[in-house]
Amino acid sequence: MLRAIYDWVDERLDITPLWRDVADHEVPEHVNPAHHFSAFIYCFGGLTFFVVVIQILSGMFLAMYYVPDIINAHASVKFLQNEVAMGAIVRGMHHWGASVAIVMLFLHTLRVFFTGSYKHPREFNWVVGMLIFFVMLGLGFTGYLLPWDNKAYFATKVGVEIAASVPYLGPYIATFLQGGDIVGAQTIARFFALHVFFFPAALLALLGAHFILIRRQGISGPL
Amino acid sequence: MAHNQDGNHKEQVHYVGDSRVRANRKKMYPPDYTEFPSKSEAFFPDFLLKEWMVAAVFLVGFMTLVMAEEPPLGDIADPTNTGFLPVPDWYFLFMYQLLKYKWASGPFVIVGTLILPGILFTSLILAPWLDRSKERRPSKRPVTIGLMLVSLVSCIALTWAAEAEHVTQLESSVGSPTVDKKVVDANSEGQKLYSENACIRCHGDQLQGKNGPPLLGVGNRRTAEQLHTYINEGKGGVMPAGMFQGTPQQQQILVDWLMKQKQK
Repeated sequence: MLRAIYDWVDERLDITPLWRDVADHEVPEHVNPAHHFSAFIYCFGGLTFFVVVIQILSGMFLAMYYVPDIINAHASVKFLQNEVAMGAIVRGMHHWGASVAIVMLFLHTLRVFFTGSYKHPREFNWVVGMLIFFVMLGLGFTGYLLPWDNKAYFATKVGVEIAASVPYLGPYIATFLQGGDIVGAQTIARFFALHVFFFPAALLALLGAHFILIRRQGISGPL
Repeated sequence: MAHNQDGNHKEQVHYVGDSRVRANRKKMYPPDYTEFPSKSEAFFPDFLLKEWMVAAVFLVGFMTLVMAEEPPLGDIADPTNTGFLPVPDWYFLFMYQLLKYKWASGPFVIVGTLILPGILFTSLILAPWLDRSKERRPSKRPVTIGLMLVSLVSCIALTWAAEAEHVTQLESSVGSPTVDKKVVDANSEGQKLYSENACIRCHGDQLQGKNGPPLLGVGNRRTAEQLHTYINEGKGGVMPAGMFQGTPQQQQILVDWLMKQKQK
């Protein structure tokens, strides 16, 4: 039955090559922790992606309760955390996941750096990876404001002040981030849009490029 | 890389139907690692059905953390709260700390905001072109690895310093949400010395705290010796030394007055 459905779809859409391409590519021994335990350092990239998936899923559930305005944001997070079933767990996953994602990303970057895997022909994928790093930092910065507690507010205020001290461009960056002259109602709406739409879109596009490049070029050989 | 692998530029090109997809487009196959005599295996199912255990172990650790530590949520943002100590998330601390040093703040703030982070991130992005040798082993490229280790250690040290400083600052601002906002002995010699010196600029005209922590009720928290030390040597890397310009006798009067700032 399932087989017949698959064949029916495959006959029309030719989906077999799509998944076979992913399934059949070879994983070399030197990155496989089942053969060498020390190869776990090659897992950091995959685990970073795993955390990103956790972030996206938990973030989607948070968005069911979160209200991005200065009157209700804090109350909605409080409600989510204290009243909603499993709310503290879901918010905990997103909150701690943000730090864990940065840690894993950092470890992955160091692994690539120390094994010299960014060298020819993988230069471009290193650049894509660095862009992913910046997007993740942007996600961290914008997400920090959203609970709208004192910590969030003052950290963002300081962050914007630092950006504003950049010569020439500073005031423009600050206005862009704040959406006005102060950290306030416009800022939280703006950070919400950046955190939930712009940065995740950029992140997914860059991750797609990252993975396509890995498939094209293969994992770098053993040292 | 995918195109013209054989260099057959003049070959007749056939397209599928009307689209511009080449009928005989060559597939780009990833290297199969046969040059490394080892136990390669297919990604799915061989590799992935073992590899999911790494993710499972990771997930157990992660969920343990999540369940052990409830995510913090402070009071609702209050822009008029002058005593609140701002601190960014931990992964920005190293850049935040940089801006506290004399050579990267004030007139040199561009060093802390643009030059140093700019050098760091630009060289990271350009790493493949800065380190062009074919050699991949860390031991064979000492300069690259050395530079990376130096930057790593500095970032960790900066983060550490920022965290330590924040903890001391938090301690000194304990009890800052004061009930009684009255300055004891307001029109006295001590108060005069306080306002004539730089103290007032950071701790506020009513001791309520501005950039620095509030000094209301400081008599409950500190001894006179501690106050003398802070005035002479600065505090926590934030309060600079030598902000008080008076004589030692005047400093004694100031400290006596500060010690009178007690609350029940």
